[in-house]
Amino acid sequence: MGLRVEVGLKPHLFDARGARVKRQILHAFPRLTSLGQISCFDIYHLDADGLKKEWIEEAFCDQVIQDIAIDKILRNEKGWYIEVGFKPGVTDNVGHSAKYALELISGRTIEVYSSRGYLLQGGLDRGTAQAIADECLANSLIHTIRVLPYPDCGTITPSIPRVSSLHDPVVEELSLDLEDDELLKLSQERTLALNLDEMKAIISYLKNPETLKIRSDLGLSEKISDVELECLAQTWSEHCKHKIFNADITYEENGRIEKITSLFSTFIKGATSKLRKAAGAKDICVSVFSDNAGVIKFNDTHNLVFKVETHNSPSALDPYGGALTGIVGVNRDPFGTGMGAKLIFNTDVFCFASPFHTDKLPPKILNPLRVFEGVREGVEHGGNKSGIPTVNGCLVFDERYLGKPLVYCGTAGIMPAVINGKPSHIKKIIPGDLIVMSGGRIGKDGIHGATFSSEELHESSPTSAVQIGDPITQKKLTDFLLVARDKGLYHAITDDGAGGLSSSVGEMATFCGGCRIDLEKPPLKYHGLSPWEILLSEAQERMTLAVPPENIQPFLDLSREMEVESTVIGTFNDSGFFHCTYNDRTVAYLSLDFLHNGLPTLKLHASWISPEPDDAPTPEPSDHAAALKDMLGRLNICSKEYIVRQYDHEVQGGSVIKPLVGVCYDGPSDAGVIQPLLDSHEGVVVSNGIVPRYSDLDTYHMAACALDEALRNYICVGGNPDHWAFLDNFCWCDPVQSPRNRDGAYKLAQLVRANKALYDYALSYSCPMISGKDSMKNDYIGGNVKISIPPTILISVIGKIPDIRKAVTMDIKREGSLIYILGATKNELGGSEYLASFERKGAHVPEVDAKKALKRYRSLHKAIAEGLILSAHDCSDGGIAVCLAEMAFSGGYGLSVDLGKIPSEKGMSDTEILYSESQSRIVIEVNPKNAKKIEHLFGKDASCIGQSTAGAILSIRSIAGATILQEEATTLKAAWKARLDF
Amino acid sequence: MATIKALVITGYGTNCEMEMAYACNRAGTKADIAHISEVLGGRYSINDYHFLNLPGGFLDGDDLGSAQVESVRLKHARVKISGKTLFEEIESFIGRGMLILGVCNGFQALVKSGILPGSPLGKRRVSLTFNDSAKFEDRWVNLKVNPLSPCVFTKGIDNFMVPVRHGEGKFVCDGNETLEEITQSNLIAVQYADDAFSPTMEYPCNPNGSVSAIAGICDRTGRIFGLMPHPEAYTHATNHPCWTRLTNLTDKGEGMAIFDNAVNFLRGIL
Repeated sequence: MGLRVEVGLKPHLFDARGARVKRQILHAFPRLTSLGQISCFDIYHLDADGLKKEWIEEAFCDQVIQDIAIDKILRNEKGWYIEVGFKPGVTDNVGHSAKYALELISGRTIEVYSSRGYLLQGGLDRGTAQAIADECLANSLIHTIRVLPYPDCGTITPSIPRVSSLHDPVVEELSLDLEDDELLKLSQERTLALNLDEMKAIISYLKNPETLKIRSDLGLSEKISDVELECLAQTWSEHCKHKIFNADITYEENGRIEKITSLFSTFIKGATSKLRKAAGAKDICVSVFSDNAGVIKFNDTHNLVFKVETHNSPSALDPYGGALTGIVGVNRDPFGTGMGAKLIFNTDVFCFASPFHTDKLPPKILNPLRVFEGVREGVEHGGNKSGIPTVNGCLVFDERYLGKPLVYCGTAGIMPAVINGKPSHIKKIIPGDLIVMSGGRIGKDGIHGATFSSEELHESSPTSAVQIGDPITQKKLTDFLLVARDKGLYHAITDDGAGGLSSSVGEMATFCGGCRIDLEKPPLKYHGLSPWEILLSEAQERMTLAVPPENIQPFLDLSREMEVESTVIGTFNDSGFFHCTYNDRTVAYLSLDFLHNGLPTLKLHASWISPEPDDAPTPEPSDHAAALKDMLGRLNICSKEYIVRQYDHEVQGGSVIKPLVGVCYDGPSDAGVIQPLLDSHEGVVVSNGIVPRYSDLDTYHMAACALDEALRNYICVGGNPDHWAFLDNFCWCDPVQSPRNRDGAYKLAQLVRANKALYDYALSYSCPMISGKDSMKNDYIGGNVKISIPPTILISVIGKIPDIRKAVTMDIKREGSLIYILGATKNELGGSEYLASFERKGAHVPEVDAKKALKRYRSLHKAIAEGLILSAHDCSDGGIAVCLAEMAFSGGYGLSVDLGKIPSEKGMSDTEILYSESQSRIVIEVNPKNAKKIEHLFGKDASCIGQSTAGAILSIRSIAGATILQEEATTLKAAWKARLDF
Repeated sequence: MATIKALVITGYGTNCEMEMAYACNRAGTKADIAHISEVLGGRYSINDYHFLNLPGGFLDGDDLGSAQVESVRLKHARVKISGKTLFEEIESFIGRGMLILGVCNGFQALVKSGILPGSPLGKRRVSLTFNDSAKFEDRWVNLKVNPLSPCVFTKGIDNFMVPVRHGEGKFVCDGNETLEEITQSNLIAVQYADDAFSPTMEYPCNPNGSVSAIAGICDRTGRIFGLMPHPEAYTHATNHPCWTRLTNLTDKGEGMAIFDNAVNFLRGIL
């Protein structure tokens, strides 16, 4: 039977959660004037009888602020009661904590499930209440919904979402002796994402006489087991093997043909290995492209570890769970690199459609505000609860992200360069080491995540791919493993992410040459998983370790003491095979070489055609002040304080440059700076660059500009240009030509060009790539609509500032300073935010002159180190106009600037100078007494364009000398801050 | 000089233990960070120490309300060797006249287990609930110190700035009687204040809507102190959100004064 417990705030207290939910409902249903007060209840369903009332009260009710009702309803107010619970098997973190508390008090074993209750007052009809539940409060993929008339419904029955009626574990044997179309059908039906060539490669492996002999010796048939087929599909998925980045490509541009063997090897790894060779003893790279994250030197004793991932497809289906899993998932990458790193910061970049989108949505696409709020909250919970500061990030808006939102989550860690006398970045597995899984249990969550994310989103995308992370279980796990690391209890560690054990053990097995997993051993959340599901489940908060047999007892003891579940699930060996058994019966036996190297190389065609330029004249605003205020209020420019404040950006105590700076702590800082070791003044700098609008003109320059944006942000706060590195994260729309994807060859050409740019510019900036990721199928197909995202690259730069006390922020510091611009302004409004405000793309996309820029950046770094720079801010979206406005209002001073003094291309209008997005430009504030030094240091590259003033007014004179813009800094700031707040 | 031993308790979602231990050590203690499982397992004993620190974080994910599960743990989980509950261990620690500092989630644990205001010890009379904004917020606040408070941690400080970083920091009492009692006894040690350092109910200077702008309280002895804002987040001058605007940069952040006071007090009694 069970009990249902309802807990709510005492009526005299303000229900803040209810008020917030009401604001969100009114955003989605603006005409719902009859909606009254909303009360939020916490609901617990107890799967037990005979519990004492006082146990339940002590566990669940804060009697200072709350009332509790057991097996009855709490209030008498009339309204619609909506209860949102979890479907069976969905992670219920509140339920887990509730179980723990009640068991501790009662000493009994009790299952507890949680729900959220909302009492909506006001004269709504049932249909409206149901619509509110569906659109604002619940996601039918993971939630159950009850809508009841309150209080007439009387006692509400508990809802116990126990997982039941699962099948018994089975191992299927599949014959691949099929026609081509049947093979493809099999691939599709099982969400294998294997193409025909890949299927045929598997068939020829199975038919190979040597394979046949090995299999028959083991009593295996010529058929393939589902465990083997699923393991191959996972290992060979686009997500895991990056088939497109490793394909043989024929690239065609203006009739010229170029053969490229692997974009990844040629351009990404190629650039880094050249740079490392050239750097010689000064090489800062420690481990690149070989582990879960990139590793660079921080100082003589410590290394930095950095990784950015995306979690787009799951976030499209369940924004909260998808994003939460995204952030806690990427945490495990640096944590699972080398011997494991302590995590020191997060950085998040989200790309969304406008949250103010009002058009009708295609099937299965969630309202963009819901995506925005769900992702924001998922990352909030994942980051804040893990105790990792979110020090940097940004938001990008474009209507095409309706097809798939992009959720980039990044995490850096620090680790001693040497642990227990051994280099910490090296993993070594010795045959005989035990395979240990630590952390959460395995359920059906996230099965097929790796293959599902290798496809476009469609109306029947599998819902089992959705998972919800649990940051507290993961915190326990990382607390435990850092202790185990320092005690030297394990040889190697890696995370269980996409592909689950299949991927983690499969990769680790290559270190020693084989493995055997006993699939009945991993602990399960519930009975009824087949061996292939156990192998592939992406249930969260798990790490796989190689523990030498002599350490296993202390390892397991420590694990138990720190309340983390660890289980020996097999042994690493040197058999050359990936071997899985289930109750001593072999269910998979695949050659490791075939598993990792048997994948046929894709052969693709790319064809580049320059887009038609839009050469129409730049529109002139009738009122420059009004135009600037409009620009400042645009989604891509406006203040992101609404999100930033909800992310803890200073836990761990080493915050130096926060995301919000300036006299009122609300200016937009260029990059994050932290002090990872509290007793040292050395700092870590992190910045990002992302400019997808430029992709509409040329992805070569888009990629170059994204890198330049990240680097100039890094330079602005004081980062050292001789100690920097970056990550590349590609999110593309399907670049494989097919009847369903007619412009695939063009999209692949866009990809090739972006890679060429990263190669060229990484070399010219002497900035190595150390890790990266690609997500290739960011398209939506449904209801006869196809939406493809704009090709997007996020560049994330990490590096060092030698002394944090020299760091610089972007806010004007005093009156009477001289304002300089570094670099020239060209007629480069192509893809600019200004033209986007007229729904135009323009013609001339900004191009980066890296040689000049690097010289400039080195000079600026020198000037910052010498204390000559009061403030520095980069010109990016919205050009000089936005840059100057931000500097003025963040500092609370005015600026008086002459456009005629800005070095610009001949014939540019005032408007073009204000809003051109030419790259590598930085505005600096300098004390007049240092003017000579600055002019000496930069020469002609620095031009004095005006000064700061006490009256907080931004005043701009035209080339002709007339004042064309005069506006209070506070008014500009108000326009900039008014946009995002929910 | 006697060694002042500080214990910083972490585990199950606590996350400010490093900077808390750093602040203690910088003030002159020898601090150990102990996972709560190590305290329950008997590896560390609270009563071997002089200064108990309960840092911020999200114990048990704030899942049943902040520190709700922790209050259950303190009262029901038993220490392996002594067989006592953690609450009983803390009771004898208090009886020895030692110091306790709870910050943010640590403050929530102190009030939810009735260690603060602590009369009678163990009875929950005040609580911390959702901010009026219903949002987690990270922002720096001005704090006004009550000069009449017996709080040993705030002696000699007029006011200071530190960040708040919480979603459940709105201070409420179980009734007017309690509010009057803690007001009259000067247990209100620090209040959210405006730019002129007057206590305020105005958002965002008062970031959560706390009654009487209460940011932190102490017990009647002044030796137990809990507050929502984070003094351990301002140990370096460079932690301040606009330190780049300050002309004479000191090395120490203002939050260190809380730890310095604790150490000075303990030096006086040990």
